[in-house]
Amino acid sequence: MIKKLVLSFPVDTTDRPLIYDLIRVHDVSINILKAEIQPGKTGSLLAEFEADEAKIEEAIAYLNDNGVMVNPVSSKVSYDKNRCINCGNCVSACFSRALTIAAPDWILNFDTERCIACKLCLKACPLKLFKIEFAEI
Amino acid sequence: MKSYAEINDKIKSGKAVVLTAEEVSALAKELSPGEIAEKVDVVTTATFGAMCSSGAFLNFGHATPPIRMERIELNGVRVCGGLAAVDTYVGATDCNPESPAYGGAHIIEELVAGKEITLEAWGKGTDCYPRKHIKTRVSVESLNEAYLYNPRNAYQNYNVATNSTDQIKYTYMGTLLPKMRNAAYSTAGELSPLINDPECRTIGLGTRIFLCGTEGFVAWNGTQFHSTKPTNAHGIPTSNARTIAVIGDLKRMSTDFLRGVYYEKYGTSLFVGIGIPIPVLDEEMARRLSIRNEQIDTTIIDYGDGNKVLGTTNYAALQSGEIVINGQRVRTAPVASLAKAREIAAILKSWIEKGDFLLTEPVRPMPTGTSLKGLKEKEC
Repeated sequence: MIKKLVLSFPVDTTDRPLIYDLIRVHDVSINILKAEIQPGKTGSLLAEFEADEAKIEEAIAYLNDNGVMVNPVSSKVSYDKNRCINCGNCVSACFSRALTIAAPDWILNFDTERCIACKLCLKACPLKLFKIEFAEI
Repeated sequence: MKSYAEINDKIKSGKAVVLTAEEVSALAKELSPGEIAEKVDVVTTATFGAMCSSGAFLNFGHATPPIRMERIELNGVRVCGGLAAVDTYVGATDCNPESPAYGGAHIIEELVAGKEITLEAWGKGTDCYPRKHIKTRVSVESLNEAYLYNPRNAYQNYNVATNSTDQIKYTYMGTLLPKMRNAAYSTAGELSPLINDPECRTIGLGTRIFLCGTEGFVAWNGTQFHSTKPTNAHGIPTSNARTIAVIGDLKRMSTDFLRGVYYEKYGTSLFVGIGIPIPVLDEEMARRLSIRNEQIDTTIIDYGDGNKVLGTTNYAALQSGEIVINGQRVRTAPVASLAKAREIAAILKSWIEKGDFLLTEPVRPMPTGTSLKGLKEKEC
């Protein structure tokens, strides 16, 4: 399974290489989406954790033991409707069928319930009208 | 049989019957070509898609002292410096390789939007043009002339793109997912200009058209003009065949119908809006204009595997959202805007109905018997 998590690091985080340990010791595949970490200050990291559920639970427990708060996040994809030309390039890339364009009007339709935040539309839109925002649940 | 003059007289008196190509295709289910030729005078066709072979000629005017601009940059993008002292051509795909997501197409859009562009130019300094460098700002207002000249637009029946490999492909036909998880098409089907006049009987040099929100003209046959491609039973070439070169005044265009775009890992391109009116001269022309999506076949190409031909389909199937390729059901999507194309066809229709827009008989017809030459590599 893949879980999207926000890791909040306190000022006095352990010196241990936590992410390294998650990968090597806990066998979790980590995809870092956004990082704001500066030495001596609080920091946050947005990452996707990929492993089976038990391993992700172990990894979260390990982070908590080291003073790191872990919260799940939701991601919200949106686009600038006013600048959209309804070309269909995003629809072509959208394999989860959240973005559709069809008869009779051929206007872009976005079913956010079907969106899996794969981010292909961000690249596929030739006008770069899509953005993704993350919010803690 | 109607002449251009007779149709124009009707337009001038506000009596011309004008339909869009989609409207006439729907009408053709009930009426014969002969009846359509009786009732309808003009049919408007349109397309709005990425057309990479586009660009604009600009004249900056002379500074004091004057400079012979030999190296020219607009917003940091190198453009043509080979047109005398203060002329340039901005190609839609011109870019600074270090920031490829911004290019000539965006500069053209910004000019149309009335924004200022930074012009920097260098010359060696000559007796008649002593200056060696200039940096200033220009806008469409400050330019003497600014006109779009697109060498290859409005392709007659473009291919459908898919990708059989297990790697995602980023192309000018958009994002092509692995293992044929999608197929992309760009032609507007029965609304597309060159589909409705497949042999270019009425579309030739000098044809007055809608170009990016204003009046434009067909300037020449487009480059790579291929007039001998195989056709289907309805006389429609089954892959990309004819093209047109178009020209129009950038100063009068609108960003509603001209947009600079960037395709991931490909480069910049320009979305161009073109509308072409076709006179219903006779029954034969009405028959051509009656063409429906299911009668327009096109070729499916594997962009992952050396442009291998995977089969054919038609626009009714493509617009249904799913086609079958080698037994596999493949999701389809357009990469050009049918909604915008319809808007253009409707605007052009209203211009003609109001008597503002007359039709032109071609000054010279398009070439016939042409095919494509490849580029041979010779020792040098």
